[in-house]
Amino acid sequence: MNKDVKISINGVAYEKSVPLRMLLVDFIRDEAGLTGTHIGCTYEGRCGTCTVQMDGEAVKSCMLLAVQADGREIATVEGLASNGRLHPLQEAFNEHHALQCGFCTPGILMNTEEFLKENPDPSEAEIRRSLVGNICRCTGYDHIIDAIQTAAKRLRQA
Amino acid sequence: MSEFGLGRSVPRFEDGRFLTGRGRYSDDINLPGQARAVFLRSPHANALLKSVDTSAARAAPGVVAVYTGADIRADGLGGLPAMGNLKRRGAPMYKPPRPALAQGQVRFVGDCVAMVIAETLTQARDAAEHIAVDYDPLPQVTGTAEAAAPGAVAVWPDCPDNICFEFEAGDEARVDRAFQTAAHVTSLDIVINRVSAAPLEPRAATGQYDATDERYTLYTGAQNPHTLRRILSQMILRIPETRLRVVSPDMGGAFGMRSETYGDLALVLWAARKVGRPVKWTGERMEGFVNDNQARDNVTRVELALDGEGNFLALKVETLAALGAYLSLGATTPPTLNVGGLSGVYTTPAVHVRVKGVFTNTPSTAPYRGAGRPEASYVIERVIDTAARELGIDPIDLRRRNFIPADAMPYDTKFVFEYDSGEFEKNQDSVQALIDWAGFEARRKESRERGRLRGIGLANTIARSAAMGDETAEIRFDPTGGVTLLMGTHSHGQGHETVFRQLLADKLGLDPETVRYVQGDTDQVAHGGGTFGTRSTGLGGGALVRAAEKIIEKGTAVAAHLLEAAGGDIEFREGRFRIKGTDRSVSLADVARATYTPGALPPGIEPAFGERAAFAPVRPSFPNGSHACEVEIDPETGTVTLLRYCAVDDAGTIMNPLLLDGQIHGGIVQGLGQVLMENIVWDPSGQPVAASFLDYAMPRADSAPFFELETNVVPTKANPLGVKGVGEAGTVGALPCLMNAIVDALAPLGVRTLDMPATPERVWRAIRAAAK
Repeated sequence: MNKDVKISINGVAYEKSVPLRMLLVDFIRDEAGLTGTHIGCTYEGRCGTCTVQMDGEAVKSCMLLAVQADGREIATVEGLASNGRLHPLQEAFNEHHALQCGFCTPGILMNTEEFLKENPDPSEAEIRRSLVGNICRCTGYDHIIDAIQTAAKRLRQA
Repeated sequence: MSEFGLGRSVPRFEDGRFLTGRGRYSDDINLPGQARAVFLRSPHANALLKSVDTSAARAAPGVVAVYTGADIRADGLGGLPAMGNLKRRGAPMYKPPRPALAQGQVRFVGDCVAMVIAETLTQARDAAEHIAVDYDPLPQVTGTAEAAAPGAVAVWPDCPDNICFEFEAGDEARVDRAFQTAAHVTSLDIVINRVSAAPLEPRAATGQYDATDERYTLYTGAQNPHTLRRILSQMILRIPETRLRVVSPDMGGAFGMRSETYGDLALVLWAARKVGRPVKWTGERMEGFVNDNQARDNVTRVELALDGEGNFLALKVETLAALGAYLSLGATTPPTLNVGGLSGVYTTPAVHVRVKGVFTNTPSTAPYRGAGRPEASYVIERVIDTAARELGIDPIDLRRRNFIPADAMPYDTKFVFEYDSGEFEKNQDSVQALIDWAGFEARRKESRERGRLRGIGLANTIARSAAMGDETAEIRFDPTGGVTLLMGTHSHGQGHETVFRQLLADKLGLDPETVRYVQGDTDQVAHGGGTFGTRSTGLGGGALVRAAEKIIEKGTAVAAHLLEAAGGDIEFREGRFRIKGTDRSVSLADVARATYTPGALPPGIEPAFGERAAFAPVRPSFPNGSHACEVEIDPETGTVTLLRYCAVDDAGTIMNPLLLDGQIHGGIVQGLGQVLMENIVWDPSGQPVAASFLDYAMPRADSAPFFELETNVVPTKANPLGVKGVGEAGTVGALPCLMNAIVDALAPLGVRTLDMPATPERVWRAIRAAAK
């Protein structure tokens, strides 16, 4: 069974007829063609690679149906840079070598962007706790923590 | 040296696409007209396939085709090969058939039974539910020691004792003689648990057949695309190698696991030709846990003989190494190729190892970050700690008494390896200073006052790297002077796109941001070995140095002509050819443009500009180091907390310190995962218990503190750059170092040893058992 939905992703409206069982992550990847949002644990909400923001809140898009996003605003990693300028988090991830294979990176960025809005001056322990929903298999996390601390500082100063 | 030169912490040039969601991983590739495939896999660890009825599936909506073992047999699709020519009792090792789709019997949960191809993924998944398979379950065996025991279920009737091969190295008679004179012998039984590489990106593949060119193309993340092309074309599809192109795009981690000729890769190609359209398969996580190669899984007994002064006299090791039901391509590599690491960094005069490869009803084992190196390091470094405790000698002092001295290099261990360089004692001194080893007892006391058990552990590491095959690099200039760099290695996180551009900046003065980087496409890259076994910077870097030298050589001849000077008067510096002692010069780009300009070159110089070079090492190199860490254990819950982790590594010449740290961090945390939480296990019926990210625990951001790293650079002469490599150093150090610290914390309670993973339950039980 299908349902008509209108989902805004990074400010672009996608009007589609989708099966009720379609997950939001598949809508983002297959219907909108935005492949920066990834699938790692295959729909179990454990790896965090599919993290996007819905109306400003970080959510795992494999834990939502596309129809649940009807009428909502979705933000994905493709929309994080603005006017050709990288977001301070993206810049800091590059400077600190906070990514290796890059597969977990979009989810971590989308999770952390929201986290730093709520907690602009987090401690190391708070940053580590904020990341427990995102697995990174490559970096060992050290450089990710460094990058988030740097980005938080710059965002506070901005 | 430019700001991008070698040795600088240059941030990666490739990050931009990953940070903005423009990375292109296998599942991001979609071809026009593609159909979607899913695989039906066995739910039984061992069962006869009495019948596979696909009629209902074939009639399901959107289904394009359904294939079973009978179809690939009818088409003569070759089986999946395994390397290695070992023996068992004088006869060749047993290499069982390994078809891409099961033929009459399944032998592990996940063994592939059927392939369903449909218009959409959902339709393919739904149709797979309609395949009726009549299984006749048989007894099975998943445990390694159990499978090697007399009377065990035979995974293969033609190999009734489940022993695929027997391998030995070293002088057994000499070891036995040494044991007879020993003042002390320490024995230790060790189980090295099975783990999954579990890279974050599930495997995926798309096969395409172009009837016009009569050529196949495979898009899939592969560490060694050229090897994959050779095996798929020669042994499975049985077509000329020119008729297959392999494209390995961005890859979400691999760690050794993506160096396999998986059956699904052959099937998407074979099926693409049969159905006349591209066929795409995207693996699911649970599928990865039952079908992707797994690793480690050894049962080992080690004995160390010492004299009265604590000098090592001999080491004896017996290992059962699980192989799975079928042999992976590199099945024999982890259990046999890196046993030389058992020598460690010590002068032990006699070492002997015997390894038996064991079939079990499980997925295949294969190389995974270290591939026998962490296992060897774990065995020697754990038995040293155990011996020290038995003899009442400080484990650091015991190691110090047995070090290979730096002035003994090059040093032949008389076992398997000959080390070319290294300062092992200095590594250990440095890491002790870093972690404040001397102040530990005060910290232990402080922990005890809080009701916690504190432990400290150290492990000295050494591992063979850059040992196998050759590597190729090519530098191409286009007629405008633009540069393309083509490498036979494959970067999937390591940062080759940055360090090899740094190398070009260093050698040729090229702006790294303008150099186009190509890898992973067998139609573009002439030849390549790929990335595994800590080989890429040593071998790929070696090849690139030679290619750059060839560019300068030809460029000098062209420049001499352009500048109307003798070749001997030309020098190349910072991207320009100059007449020595003058300000007359031409740039590398000028030279490149001239080579494409009709009439600009004299006779004898070939038009066009580009050079390819290959490098094969004469000997391997040996990255080494010393790792130390401290843990705290809550005796009430058994929870282990890693407090500090310090490492001093000799990776030879350092290309990029920032990337070096990243490699070490990642390796340590994968090692930490194996020591504290990761575990592939089966229930008594042969069902995998940890087959999803819900059940298979992996380190998260709160699993470890910041690491404290130092380097002790001793360049190797094994390659032109002097690099030893660093990709596997973290796991080699972390396994023994962490477990030594855990056992040190528990030793005051009477715990002698513990096997990985040291989960809270296992630690809690060990504490309770010791109290009895």
